[in-house]
Amino acid sequence: MRRLFDRAFVGITLSATLIIVAMLAVVVGNIVFHGKDRLSWEFISAAPEQGMTAGGIFPAIFGTVLLVLLMTLAAVPFGVLVAIYFAEYAKTESRVYRWTRMAVNNLAGVPSIVFGLFGLGFFIQTIGRGIDRGLYGGQLVYGQPSILWAAMTMAVLTLPVVIITVEETLRSVPREYREASLALGATRLQTIFRVVLPQAWSGVMTAAILAISRGAGEVAPVLFTGAAYFLPHLPERVNDQFMQLGYHIYILSTQSPDVEATKPLLYSTVLVLLVLTFLLNITAILIRNRMRQWATR
Amino acid sequence: MGDALKIKVSRANFFYGTHQALHEVSMDIRDRFVTALIGPSGCGKSTFLRSLNRMNDLIPGARLVGNVELDGENIYSSGMDVIQLRRRVGMIFQRSNPFPMSIYENVAYGPRVNGITKKRVELDEIVERTLRGAALWEEVKDRLSRSAMSLSGGQQQRLCIARALAVEPEVILMDEPASALDPISTAKVEELIYQLKRDYSIVIVTHNMQQAARVSDETGFFLNGRLVEFSETKRLFTAPSMRETEDYITGRFG
Repeated sequence: MRRLFDRAFVGITLSATLIIVAMLAVVVGNIVFHGKDRLSWEFISAAPEQGMTAGGIFPAIFGTVLLVLLMTLAAVPFGVLVAIYFAEYAKTESRVYRWTRMAVNNLAGVPSIVFGLFGLGFFIQTIGRGIDRGLYGGQLVYGQPSILWAAMTMAVLTLPVVIITVEETLRSVPREYREASLALGATRLQTIFRVVLPQAWSGVMTAAILAISRGAGEVAPVLFTGAAYFLPHLPERVNDQFMQLGYHIYILSTQSPDVEATKPLLYSTVLVLLVLTFLLNITAILIRNRMRQWATR
Repeated sequence: MGDALKIKVSRANFFYGTHQALHEVSMDIRDRFVTALIGPSGCGKSTFLRSLNRMNDLIPGARLVGNVELDGENIYSSGMDVIQLRRRVGMIFQRSNPFPMSIYENVAYGPRVNGITKKRVELDEIVERTLRGAALWEEVKDRLSRSAMSLSGGQQQRLCIARALAVEPEVILMDEPASALDPISTAKVEELIYQLKRDYSIVIVTHNMQQAARVSDETGFFLNGRLVEFSETKRLFTAPSMRETEDYITGRFG
């Protein structure tokens, strides 16, 4: 009897695994099957036309890539600074560390729509309006939704994963290296920048990869902070609005005047988003591997 | 030369939080002498060594009560520049710990961070001189740009010694520098210590009593956080004055 249960349980765990794989296969297969026909060079290089029932999605692709890049440029350096404080300076048993660390963990659990509202209230209405009042005499320049504020909002959303990943990497750098550096008369700052961080580059890149994966697909944070329903042109300045793939998918599936006509477009757009996220990840992974080779040369 | 006082430790008590690791340790360390510290594991000899360049500062809750003077200056006084102290008092660790950089960069690291020089020609000169000083130059001169990780354990430890020499220290602390090495590498490191004695004061912690007897001029025997006996090496090993020392060196315990 016991042996029977033993075997049955192996079967149960294996089935659960297979179900997950099957679900992924169905999702991806379905999207590829329905999305491939509509895919063309025109589709990924042209702007939408005729109420989004024709044309392409280039502005949305461009907007998504730009958003993710700006977000990474903001989130990674800022996250690395916080991680350095946590791993190198803060005493782990101190109250400051416990509370700030808990705050970061909680930030990771905040629903993304809340970040969207936070971005609107903080970045646009407080910081943006403040800049406008101070520098532009109240004229609306930064106090409105834009790719800059959308990227900042997205950066806050992805910060916890960056901080936690980089902190772990910094902690995994052997203490011997720090001691060797300090024993040579290096300051802590020199030790961090010349010995510890170079060891942690692959962790920093991993953090960037995780942030990109998270950021490329999120819609809620950019809803109120900069994503546009439709823009015939590309954003030219950081305070322009932009189109974004995730938001575009939402628009196509809920706001279309002709559901049947947009369905093939919708499938293809989802396929493009999947491929794009994949490509952004691959790029980051390739950069990381390059750095590893270079570091262990 | 050879008799001047380099480091004077008077009545040092060392605490890790509430645990006292050293009790009333006093020791005179002479210039251009090799001073060996022996004793069973946990006796406080490593703690003592690491208090001489304030490496223990890195451990939360660690503190020293007492006096440690380098050339007459208390290194635990509030005006002491710890960065400068560590440049003057270098350290070699038990596990060789070259940075994962090229051999050249490892040696050049200290001069760079201390602002000794940035000029390539001068760095080249320092790298060659210190690698020669660490008896490693002939083995690595053709592959200075290769990773330090490509070296053998013994070579890595000699690289660490070269790296320490590059900042022109006055004292070199060695924490069981040969305990992870094979006998041939150990012999090379011991030979090196003998060479270095001409220019530097060396304090070496070792588990190996033959090694202490071979390389050192004076030896201190630690037990339970106390310095039981400190005297000329030959005398400590042939005619110890304390019963505990005799028991330890004859292998009756520890």
